[in-house]
This record gives sequence, structure tokens and C-alpha cells, in this order.
Amino acid sequence: MKRLLTKLIVLALFAAGAGLWLTWPKSVDPALYADLQGDAARGETVFWAGGCASCHADKDDEARTLLSGGYRIASDFGTFISPNISPDPDHGIGAWTLAQFADAMIEGRTPGGAHYYPAFPYGSYTRMAPQDMVDLWAFLQTLPASEVPSAPHEVGFPFNIRLAVGGWKLLFLNTDWIGPGGDAQVERGRYLVEALGHCAECHTPRNALGGLDTSRWMAGAPNPSGKGRIPGLTPAQLDWSAVDIAYYLESGFTPEFDSAGGGMASVVANQAHVPAADREAIAAYIKALPATE
Amino acid sequence: MIRLPIVIASAAAIAVASAAFAGGHGGNPAVKARKSHMQLYAFNLGTLGGMAKGEIEYDADAAKAAATNLATLATLSQRAYWAPGTSTAELGEETRALPAIWEAGSTAGQIGGQLAEAAQALAAVAGDGQEALGPALGPVGGACGACHKAYRQSN
Repeated sequence: MKRLLTKLIVLALFAAGAGLWLTWPKSVDPALYADLQGDAARGETVFWAGGCASCHADKDDEARTLLSGGYRIASDFGTFISPNISPDPDHGIGAWTLAQFADAMIEGRTPGGAHYYPAFPYGSYTRMAPQDMVDLWAFLQTLPASEVPSAPHEVGFPFNIRLAVGGWKLLFLNTDWIGPGGDAQVERGRYLVEALGHCAECHTPRNALGGLDTSRWMAGAPNPSGKGRIPGLTPAQLDWSAVDIAYYLESGFTPEFDSAGGGMASVVANQAHVPAADREAIAAYIKALPATE
Repeated sequence: MIRLPIVIASAAAIAVASAAFAGGHGGNPAVKARKSHMQLYAFNLGTLGGMAKGEIEYDADAAKAAATNLATLATLSQRAYWAPGTSTAELGEETRALPAIWEAGSTAGQIGGQLAEAAQALAAVAGDGQEALGPALGPVGGACGACHKAYRQSN
């Protein structure tokens, strides 16, 4: 009896240890970035294509480059509040190293070694190319510092246990492409949509554990804020031409010349800063998606 | 003597006309005026955007006329149909105009001014060639989006 108990305790400890080992926040390999030179001008395109300003730009800053944070993201798990990511050393990320920045973007790991909540869309950014990472990092250094302190998330028990995010990562964090490949344009579009643009974070429904349901990729989803629905983009929901899609991203005008509101107005404001070829690549990828209900 | 079939036909015609009248004239008149105004923006933008996209052949006169219409529309006084008491809070699903439009600190009027400026700038260059349209439509779309983002209920 006693021996059985001992065995059980050892087994439990082993399972707990293995669980922790599997779910502990991981770090990137700094060698990936060691030989790369960051280019701030190219990084600006990455910044807009990545939609950073949508959540981190100060709401009163017309240029949308003062990254004080404060944007509230309502969800089933609580309300997340985007932090200050300006170059301020105390309130922003001015004291970070490139490797710490890459850990955040690729692994969802804080400089202190904790998990970020996936409201920060590292589940998409994890596919980001190393050169884009160092270019973005170079661009962020050129932005104004903000002394606005980051606000804590409004997330209750049990979701305030960050360790549990390790389980989420084990299930859902990987660098696989979901949508179809194809020619160079479609694959550029896939990178822009699935990595930088993190479009699926809103346009794909989530399962009960908060992971994206990749079997219904880009098929539309309830709005996490509780109001209305985020439209699907596959041919089952959207029949716009590639030209219409690219023009919508550039100008906000639908084919009927209504104009984008809600979260998409921010996306359009970002997309106005990226090259036309990138908007066309996004359109090509969206047209290549399989029809999914 | 009135024959029965004619009576029935007349009654039916009146019923259909009444229904059409109700359908066309029911609802809050201020909301209907706003929606009509938006329709006129959309119609003229259709000409300009279609040319910018390359879907409609560029025609300098048509482009100028559409852009001038836009600029005129944007400078019309819309005071009476953006009347207080006609937001989603009072009218529910009939409108998507959020109460914030009428609240202190509202920037809706200011964005309207930006739209007028952008439309005037567009009208000034719309006759200069197809490639002038895209860049000049940018600030117009920006003003539309800025207002819809802050003040229009999401679908």
C-alpha cells in the first residue's frame, strides 16, 4: 500500500514536471538574428503590415506611431489591455534586447520569462521571417517614447493563471501554414495574412479553449466583443474580385462604395501604408482560399 | 352600377399603393434623409472608384462632375437630419448612428469638415487623369472610415 502511494507520488511529480517542462515559456535561438542588419525603412512596412498600430497606437495620435497602448480587447476570458510598446525604457520596451523582442513575437514570452496571453497575436507572428523581425525592431527604435504606464489586464480566475497559457501554446502555437500555397504572389499573400496581418485572429472562429478552428479557416466568427459577427472571407462568404479586395484594403470602399467601419477601419488605415503589390498579394491569397462554411 | 370585379381590382390597387406608400414613407424621416445622403455619396464614389480601379474607362468630364457632386454633398448643411434623439439608443435597429455622435467631445462634425476638404481637393484634380484619382480618393476614404469607425454601429 505504502509502496503504491510512493509510486503514485513519484508518477504525479513526474507528470507535473513533464507538464511544466512542456509548457514552460520557450526562447528563440538568438543565432537566427545574429547576422542580420535591421533596416528601419523596411521595418516601417512590416509595422503597418503587422497592424501594430491598431492596438498599440495612442488613440489621440493622428500619426498612429505613439505606441502608448491602452486599447481594450474584450473576450470570453476577460478584457485585455494593450501595453505601451514605445521605446520608453521604463514604461515601454526601450530597455529590451532584440532577442527579448523576438521571444515576445515568436514564442509569446515576456522578458521576465512568463507567458503572454494570446490576445497579443503571437500565434500569428510566430511565422514571422527573421529579417522582418530585425527590420521591425529597427523601426520601433525610431518612434517617440511614451511615459503612459501599461494597465493590468482585467482577467479573472482561472484565466489569470498565466502558467495555463503554456497548455494553450502546446495545443495551438505552431508555425505551420494553414491556407493554400501557390505562385509567389499567393505565398506572399499567405505570409502577409497568416503571419503579419494576423487576419485569422478575428476572421476564423475559435474553439472552447480559445484556439483557432483551422478547419473553418477564415470562414467568419462571432465578434469577441459580443456585438455582431466578423464576416467570412472564403468564396462561400465573399464574392468580391481580387481588384475589389485590394481596393477595399487601400481605400476602405466596398464594391458598393459603402466604407469600412469598426476594426476594419484601422486595418485599412494600416494597409494604406503598404505597397500596392502587397495588397494585391493579400487579395490573391483570399481568392485562393477554399470555400468553407 | 359598379361591377364587382372593378371594385375588387380597385380595392386591391389601393391596398398595394398604400403598402408601397407605407414602405417608402414609414420610419424616421431624419434617418431616411441621412441614408439617402449616404447613397448619393456612394453613387458618385462609384464613378470615381470604378475609374480608379480601372473598371470604368476614365472620362475627365464624368470624373469632375462626380467629384464636384461629392464636394457639394459634403458641404450641404445636414443639421436638421442629424437631429438629437435619432441614435441607436432611441431608434434601435432603424439606424446605426451611435449616441456618441451627439455626446460631448464628439468629433463627428470635425470629420465632416475633413470630408468636405478631401472632396474639394479631389474635385480640383479629378479632371487631370486617371492616375490622379487613387491618391486623391485616399483622404476621402479616410474621412468615411474615421467616422464609421467611431460613430457607426458595427454589423
